Formats: sequence, structure tokens, C-alpha cells
Amino acid sequence: MGGYLPVDPASQRQMLAALGLSSAEELFADVPREMLMKQVDIPQGQSEMETEKAMRQMAGKNKVFASVFRGAGAYRHYIPAIVKNVTAKEEFVTAYTPYQAEISQGILQAIYEYQTMICRLTGMDAANASVYDGATAAAEALAMCWDKKKPLAIVAASAPPQVIQVCQTYCFGSGMELAIAPLRNGLVDKKALRQLLQDRPAACFYLQQPNYFGLIEDAAGIAEIVREHKTKLIMGVNPVAAALLQTPGEIGADIAVGEGQPLGMPLSFGGPYLGFMAANKAMMRKLPGRIVGETTDNRGNRAFVLTLQAREQHIRREKASSNICSNQALCALTASVYMAAMGPAGLRQAASLSVAAAHRLAEGLCAIPGFSLRYKSPFFHEFVTECPVTPAYLEERLAERGILSGLPLEDGGMLWCATEMNDQAQIDALLQAVREVTV
Amino acid sequence: MTMLIFERSGQGRRLSLLPETPVDVEQYIPGECLRRQDLDLPQLSENDISRHYTELAKRSHGVNDGFYPLGSCTMKYNPKLNEEMAASAGFCDIHPLQPLDTVQGCLQVMADAQKYLAEITGMDAVSLQPGAGAHGEFTGLLLIKAYLRSLGQDGRTKIIVPDSAHGTNPASAAMAGFSVINVPSDPQGDVDLAALKEAVGEDTAALMLTNPNTLGRFDKNILQITQIVHAAGGLCYYDGANLNAVVGLVRPGDMGFDVVHLNLHKTFSTPHGGGGPGSGPVGCKSFLAPFLPGPLAAEEPGGSYGWHLPVQCIGAVKAFYGNFLVAVKALSYILTLGADGLAAAATQAVLNANYLMKQLSGSYDMACDGLCMHEFVMSLEKLKQETGVSAMDVAKAILDCHMYPPTMYFPLIVHEALMVEPTETESKETLDQAAQAYLEIYRRAFSDPESLHNAPCGTVIGRVDEVGAARNPRLKYGD
Repeated sequence: MGGYLPVDPASQRQMLAALGLSSAEELFADVPREMLMKQVDIPQGQSEMETEKAMRQMAGKNKVFASVFRGAGAYRHYIPAIVKNVTAKEEFVTAYTPYQAEISQGILQAIYEYQTMICRLTGMDAANASVYDGATAAAEALAMCWDKKKPLAIVAASAPPQVIQVCQTYCFGSGMELAIAPLRNGLVDKKALRQLLQDRPAACFYLQQPNYFGLIEDAAGIAEIVREHKTKLIMGVNPVAAALLQTPGEIGADIAVGEGQPLGMPLSFGGPYLGFMAANKAMMRKLPGRIVGETTDNRGNRAFVLTLQAREQHIRREKASSNICSNQALCALTASVYMAAMGPAGLRQAASLSVAAAHRLAEGLCAIPGFSLRYKSPFFHEFVTECPVTPAYLEERLAERGILSGLPLEDGGMLWCATEMNDQAQIDALLQAVREVTV
Repeated sequence: MTMLIFERSGQGRRLSLLPETPVDVEQYIPGECLRRQDLDLPQLSENDISRHYTELAKRSHGVNDGFYPLGSCTMKYNPKLNEEMAASAGFCDIHPLQPLDTVQGCLQVMADAQKYLAEITGMDAVSLQPGAGAHGEFTGLLLIKAYLRSLGQDGRTKIIVPDSAHGTNPASAAMAGFSVINVPSDPQGDVDLAALKEAVGEDTAALMLTNPNTLGRFDKNILQITQIVHAAGGLCYYDGANLNAVVGLVRPGDMGFDVVHLNLHKTFSTPHGGGGPGSGPVGCKSFLAPFLPGPLAAEEPGGSYGWHLPVQCIGAVKAFYGNFLVAVKALSYILTLGADGLAAAATQAVLNANYLMKQLSGSYDMACDGLCMHEFVMSLEKLKQETGVSAMDVAKAILDCHMYPPTMYFPLIVHEALMVEPTETESKETLDQAAQAYLEIYRRAFSDPESLHNAPCGTVIGRVDEVGAARNPRLKYGD
């Protein structure tokens, strides 16, 4: 039997004796006998050495690609050493939500700094302490806009599929109706959007920037249409791209959300990631989840504390703005340390190198017969190509060569991504491999 | 006073993390799409950052720093092996959309975790997708909603929740589009059977219940309770927040529950990270399995692993497959403890809680009599009447003893409540020390109540102005 129990047998006997019990089984007297199990049907415990071996065997069955050209909602960026060092500190790792402010100032301050950085990145007024991921952040943002006179939300078809799916599931819960705004050439069709909004008033519109295909949407133009119809604008942004692109604040969005994984988190087979959420002043009190505020203590010191709790489930119960309590605090800390380490110049450089690498890759691919860009408008660090062979075939042949290709799309295209991690040598090797397998 | 990271910033300071190859961005992106607003992130050296966060770490308190008996939160020790396994490249550096044959290990982790968690809870199928306990509740309720809809029973719109329940229960019910009926509990925190019989009916979708309840008692009538709900055509939802008391010993499925969520960050030892990430897998009986959020990992004939999308899937509740690395840690924990270790852990958790309760019960009033399960609730109502010292005062005085206080003012049905959950990973010596500290504070309530109103005095800050913080919110630097 393995385990982490610090009570030795002699102590255990003393403790039982103090309770006047002769065996530990007597502790469970209230449990109906027929449901008390001897043991559940899972393997018996084992030593740390054996567990480590079993876990490493499983990890060993996965293939770690040195060369990754796939994004689609999960991005491989450089993670500075300081990020891993700070986020492994056990005072952060092993703490609970900072209910007791006096003994949790470090964590509270770190969250407050995170909220500030998210506001500065997005140009918004207030941010929360995080939600589960970018997709649930989008779904929570729709819920923030709930308006019983306009029980309709519209999501751009160019949002990532995982965002659309999660929004649909949340709307199944809330009863909000969800419509999908159609595309034209991979971008939101502004004429069709205007028509949708004219047909039926909508509470909100969700726009992804850059969109799922990597394209840069005309956010300012779309915002104008949305505003004309008194609909709230929610922008889902890639946080690395946000270092270069017009911010949701500049666009006039009411809520900004996004998947924070690119800010220092590894790919991790999809999680844990980070949902960030920020709002303008008018929407601030509708934000879900934990929020840290600055205040003072009884000695006049600056202090930080969980605040605006009247929104939350433990006070408001069924009238709460959301049910969320556990969030992604350690991932928010990761994002903070990442942004502090990168600084403004570093984050812009990560974004710029990614854009440049993606464009070099696109140019190289399109020089190979049968490859062409599906969409002609400006893109960030992802783009879709048509392929001379089936994308699944290309994926398989490149995987044999240690390269994770772009993502095969259902309609025969391939969604490619490049970041600063894909240097010229990697791009050259990819292009060489693609030429070999497509001749 | 600790400086904010923005106050440490100096123009032009930086780390050299990336190649400095110049890029003309406007060559690729139209100028009108570019950000004009200054990107005002802090500018620091690596040493600045390292010292800053070391200072913040010193102003924090985790399980590793000392006793942390925060009721309902199961702050047990977080084994180091599990952290090491989750940090290995074979799990961390895997893209969620890699080809199936390159992620067989990840799928095996998920399939094994699903299988073991199903057995531990007495359920038939498990989804690892929900990101935390509350998210699991929301998911479980959506399963119930989809199932009832598939039967044409749309009129079942009510969720019954005892007044002792966690606040997430009613909040999750509301998010899933149900209305909430609160039923009273008896003084032991048990469901009032008469009130339950009164509450159930043709509009009942489900009952949400945690057992042991929030007073730390195992509800003896549990089989009757689930029978009453089932007889009325409703379903039974198990809130797994308190599973640590009975894990490996009693299964929610055998109590009559149809759906459960677990908190891997409570019962299965994964760390809380200062508030997350957690993981809230949902398990259910076979008749609900077709509705689970997917995809689920599945072992296929021949020993390989693939994805399985339940036929009437409610959709996705989270991008990809949940907080995967948290599942890695939980699986590592389950493999180490095994069937025997889990049962031993639950037993010790209950023994530790009873031992500490016994030490305190000569002084502090307990919310109910008799033995408790993994946690107990004290009521300081009488102490407050006699001395003016509140549950808050006692909690704040405990901070000066380098311990984390119990959960305060919960459950709502106990006045001046302190809810204590020591967990199984604390030694007798730690419990004895804690008992001494609590008893000393109790004596001071009579001899020097003023000192308790002013506590804590040894922490880096004193009591904070929470009212001012909410009235005039300053949520970012510069507000």
C-alpha cells in the first residue's frame, strides 16, 4: 500500500483510545452496512518507484514533435526559464483561493498584477482573476450580456470550433438562443451580419481576432455595425497578437476575452489553459468569478483582497452571475510572469517573429506546385492552404519525418501556424519534406 | 510594504529571450489594424522578477507552509511525484490535436482515470472535461436536462437543494436553466425527509446532495432520500466535494445517485494553485452516459486507444479534453494509493477530524453531537454572546499561530460557524499543536477579548477594509 499518511500505528491507537473507540471501523457507524465496501475494484497501491515507471511508460507512448506547425487554438511559443521557476514555488502551488487576505497577500497581489496586465494588453477597464479557458470565457461573456428582451447571441462562424461548441452547450443551459454569423472569403460577412441584426435584435456579437483561419477581421468596421444595433461587442483575442493589433479597448468592445495559453503555458494536450476576461466599466460588475481589489488594512498599509463578492455564488447562490469558484489561478500567475519577463518589447518581438515566420512559410509553401492560399486577406500567424495531396496523407508523411504539420481541415484545406519557435532552419526542413512527399 | 511589479519597472530594462531579428510588421499587416495604444507592461531584469515573486511567495501560505484545515476544501498534502510526472515533456509538449497514434499515452491516462474514477464512484462512465467542481455540477445538470428532454419530460424544471448545500449547487442549477427549491435540513444537517417528500413532484428534475453533508455527517437516511426522489421521477446528483471522507469505502452509486462530480483537487491530492486549476470529472449511470460531454478516451480491441463521442452528447463544456495535466496527477495518486491506500486515507481523514474535534469539544460548541466524518463544524454563537468574540475573531487569531483558519460562516445554517477539515496527511503532533492553539484562543476570549478583535498582529498586514474595497473598486494599478 502506498500513501502519504504521517500517523504511525501507535499514534493511531492513542487517537482511537482518546475517542473511546476500539477500531477505526466504528468511525463509520452511520454508514449503512450494506453499502460499506471492503475495497473498490482498482489495483492495490504500489511504491513511488513503480508508479513513476508506469507513468513514464505512458508519457513515452506519446510523440513529442520538435517541429510544430499546428495552432488552431493551442500555440507553441518560447517559455522563459524564469516562468517555470516562479510557478513551481510551493507557496503558490499548494495554496487555496486567497480567502484570508492577511496570510495571502502574495497571491492576491500577483492576481491584482495579472488583472492590470490583462487590462493593459486588451485596453479594457477591469479584468477578473481567470476562468477555465478561452472557450468558457467566451461562453461566460455571452451570459454577461443576457437580456431577457433580446434572448439572442450571435457568434462569428470564424470563431474557433471549440469556442462555438462551448457557447452552444452553455446556451443549452441558459436558454439563450445562439445564431452563427456567416462568412465571406473567410471573414465575417458584414452585409449578412447587418441583416441578421436588423432581422432580430441580439444581445451580443462575438468576434474572434485573428480569426480561426488566422485572418485579421475588420474589427473597427464590424464594431460600427454592432454598435448601430445597440448590440454588445465581445472580442476574443489571441494575447500574443494583441501586442500588435488594435486592442478591444480601441475598437470599443464591451468585453474582451481569450485563450491565455500562448502566454507561457505548454501545450499540455489541451489543458490546463487560461481563460482571461476583461470588461469596460459599465459591464465590470457582471464579470464572473474572483476579482481582487486594492484597499487598506487597519494599520493604513496598502492591501489586496477578494472583492465585489456580492456577484458570487457563495453569497448570491442561484442569483449569482456565475457558479465559478475554482479558476485557473496558477495559469494566471504563469501569464503574469511571462508578460513581466517578455516586457513590451519581448512580447512584440514574439508576435512579430511569429507573423514573419508564418509569412515566410506561406510564401515557401505556395512556391510548391499544388499549394495556394485559400484566402487572400492579411493574416497573422496562421493561414489556410489548398493542398495537392489529401491533408491526412501530408500529415502522416510529415509526422514520419518528425514534423507536426498544419491541421487537416474537413474540407481538404490545411490550417498552418508558425511562431518564433519555427526558425528558418525548421521552415526550410519543412518545405524540403513537403516537396519530397508531394512530388 | 511590497512594491508592485509596475513600481519596480525601469524604462529599457529587459531580458534577452528571443533573437533580435528586426521585423517590419507593416509589410504583413495593414497599418490601420495595428495597435496605437502603448503596451505598458513592466520592464525588468530577470533578477528583478525573481526577487519580486520570491517576496510574494513569502507573503503566501500553502499546505507546504503549515496546517491548512479549510473545511470543505480538503487541503491535503500534494505529492511531489505527481508534479514531476505532470511536468514531463511526454505530457506537457503534446498538442491537443496531434494524430491519434502520437497521443496513445495521453489517451491511456484519460482512459485509466475514467475507468478508476467510475469504479471508485460506482458509476458506469466518466468524462474528464469539466474544469472544476462547479463546472462539473453544471455539466451533470445539463446531462439531466438533456436526458429529461429526450423522454419528453420538459416539465421537470426544479432542482431541490438543501439549505446546507454549497453555494455552487443553486448557482449551477440556475446556469443550467433550472429553478431552485430549497429544502430545510435538520439540526444534524441531514435532509428533512418530510420536507423532501413535500418538495418532490412531477416538476422535480433532480436533488443535489453532498454526503457527508456540510456539517460533516453521513446522512443515515441516504437510501430513503434517493428512493423518495426516484419514486417521484427525479434524478439524484452527488456533489463530490466531501468524497474524501468515504473514498474507497462507500460509493455514491451504491447510495442511489445517478450523477456525480469529483474534485480531483480535493480528494485526489492535486494542488489548488492559489485557486486553480482544478478538475471536476463527471460520472454517471449508463442511462445518462450517451449524453456525456466528449470526446471520451476509449480502449479499443488490440490495446490501442481512441476517441468515443457519446451519441447524444450535450456538446463540449470546455475546449479539448479538460485540465489534462491535473488528470495526470490524479492518476499518479490513484496508482500509488490503490484500493487499499484510498480506503486507509479516508479512514485516517475521519479519525483525524474526530480526534481534533474531541480535543476542542470541552470548550467550543459543536454544531451537532456524536462522531463526525472528515470535518466538523463549531458554532461560536454562545462564545460571541458571552465574550463578544466572533468566529471571524477566532479565525484571525489563528493566523498569528502560522496556521490557516477553518472555513468561516459556512454552512449558512450554523451561526458563527467554523468548519474544520484537517485531512489525513496531518500527524497527531500537528493536531495536538492546533488543538492547543485553538484552546488558548478560547481562553483569551474570556481573559482578553480585545486582543482577539485586533488579531492578527503578526501577519504582514492587519485586517483589511473589505467594505471600502467593494464600494470603491480599484481593480488594477492606476485606478
